[in-house]
Amino acid sequence: MKTQTSYKRRRSVSYAKWGYFFIAPFFIIYFTFQLIPLLSTFYNSFFESYRVGLTQVGPNFVGFQNYVQILTESELPRFAANTFILWIIGFIPQILVAMALALIFTSYRLNIKGQGIFKTVIYMPNLIMASAFSMLFFALFSDQGPVNILLVSTGIIDEPFRFLSNTNATRGLIASMNYLMWFGNTTILLMAGIMGIDQNLFEAAEVDGASSVNVFFRVTLPLLAPILIYVLITSMIGGIQMFDVPQILTNGNGNPDRTSMTMIMYLNKHLASKNYGLAGVVSVLIFIVTGIFSVFVYRSLTKSSREEKKIINKKYKVKRKGGSYGY
Amino acid sequence: MDTRVKSSEFGAGYRSKIALGKTLSYILLIFLLILCIFPFYILIINATRLNAEIQSGFTLLPGRALTYNFKNLFSNENLMILRALWNSIFVSGSTALLTTYFSAMTAYGIYAYNFKMKGFVFTFIMVIMMVPVQVSTLGFIKLITEMGLMDTLLPLIIPAIAAPGVFFFMIQYMRSVLPHAIIEAARIDGSNEFRTFNTIVIPIIKPALAVQAIFSFVASWNNFFVPALIINSKEKKTIPIVIAQLRSADYMKFDLGQVYAMIAVAIIPVLICYLLLSKYIIRGVTLGSVKG
Repeated sequence: MKTQTSYKRRRSVSYAKWGYFFIAPFFIIYFTFQLIPLLSTFYNSFFESYRVGLTQVGPNFVGFQNYVQILTESELPRFAANTFILWIIGFIPQILVAMALALIFTSYRLNIKGQGIFKTVIYMPNLIMASAFSMLFFALFSDQGPVNILLVSTGIIDEPFRFLSNTNATRGLIASMNYLMWFGNTTILLMAGIMGIDQNLFEAAEVDGASSVNVFFRVTLPLLAPILIYVLITSMIGGIQMFDVPQILTNGNGNPDRTSMTMIMYLNKHLASKNYGLAGVVSVLIFIVTGIFSVFVYRSLTKSSREEKKIINKKYKVKRKGGSYGY
Repeated sequence: MDTRVKSSEFGAGYRSKIALGKTLSYILLIFLLILCIFPFYILIINATRLNAEIQSGFTLLPGRALTYNFKNLFSNENLMILRALWNSIFVSGSTALLTTYFSAMTAYGIYAYNFKMKGFVFTFIMVIMMVPVQVSTLGFIKLITEMGLMDTLLPLIIPAIAAPGVFFFMIQYMRSVLPHAIIEAARIDGSNEFRTFNTIVIPIIKPALAVQAIFSFVASWNNFFVPALIINSKEKKTIPIVIAQLRSADYMKFDLGQVYAMIAVAIIPVLICYLLLSKYIIRGVTLGSVKG
């Protein structure tokens, strides 16, 4: 054993330079096109720099003035709230439906046929171009679009409903698109999580006479908690980055009255108009928020294995106390 | 005796309960199935109908104007859709190639070799995985402007070489399928390290390369935020930018047959690829679950 390790070490030392060779392209490109731009974004957030017509103002160093301006004068807080609302009304049905589907698919009692087809179809919207999907919804729900034609001709409503002039309807449409695009993905993740749970636990619970509701709340849900947290936080991080769908649906205006304007849409506006100082501040703030969430992702990932062990131990202990079904 | 009676009673109720659960499950599944398919169904139907037909009503049966709509769309000089299609294919194809090859290379560098910075490098890549592209876009635009690459396709392709998520998938895959003994064996046979990677490692990790190639192709095909800020000229536009252009134009004045045909052009190719490869893609989703 000892000779093997020293042999390995000796070999690896002579090959170390190859390690650097293989990772070099990644780092050269990363530093050039990601890290330096990121730092430059931070740097720019401290400068006054914008365009009025054809004249360029700045860049002049202004310290934290841009930050103060964004946090106190701009509508960014409102757009952050919009983003959160749009995310949450899409996420709640998404997680509930995904959970139900994951339970249905993994239940050996229900033994659902044609799972392949169902999974293929529900995952499909995830790969669709978000901007085209949004354009499609815009066409379908426009004032004279097929949905209105259908609703009027069947007599459900008397005259076309203007979906995109109504705050709730617009938000609802954006949330539905996000829901449609992501519930299949979430289902597949939750299924993998449920299938990863030790089957003995389910059998033991069943033998103990636990109802399926009890099994769900006492076994499945606690063991699935790490994956649920993972899904929740990655979805939030995705939610913060929401752009394509509302941008196309509302033509970049966040209509009506900017109630569906997201943070990234606001950033996009500043970037497009070369208002780099404020764009920098928005970028930094989004970076910070994402960073905080990411820490939770890592926590949930490293915690998951430990907690699973704890719960399994508890279950087995209970079982052993009962005494009848010991191994 | 007593318990037996009880259990049989329990059995009958249990069976009908399962049957009910089964029925409800299928109803839910079929409802969701229709929900997912319906928008695409209308899209395909309306792409085959004339503008006047689309505006006058709605049918479940396809019309006969499919070729007419596409002919109009492809010859529309404002949209230059064929050009955009080619740009999109070129960008997505190159991105998929670069991203998979170089991510595999990076993963191999960390998987197969021991070097001083190894632990740090791995942690570093894991940390940057969560940084959204949007937050560095400002600096990226400035850099691209200085490099004189504004309004070219290159800035949409080259950065794909550094893809932390793909890297993570690759290294996980190597850990599960690539024994160190194979690398050793190649060394003993006198193979150069780079050649070992290209001729031995790449074929072994082909399934992972394929899955990630599909994902990165689709991601690049759908990419909208950065391209929209970098591309200005008509000849350089990719499909999502043309979609946005379509949206910002006066919608009601447009030939709706063409609008639906345009959306179909953006969606259908990915849809067909997906349906052909769905088995591998869905497996890939589970494998890369940590990717996010």
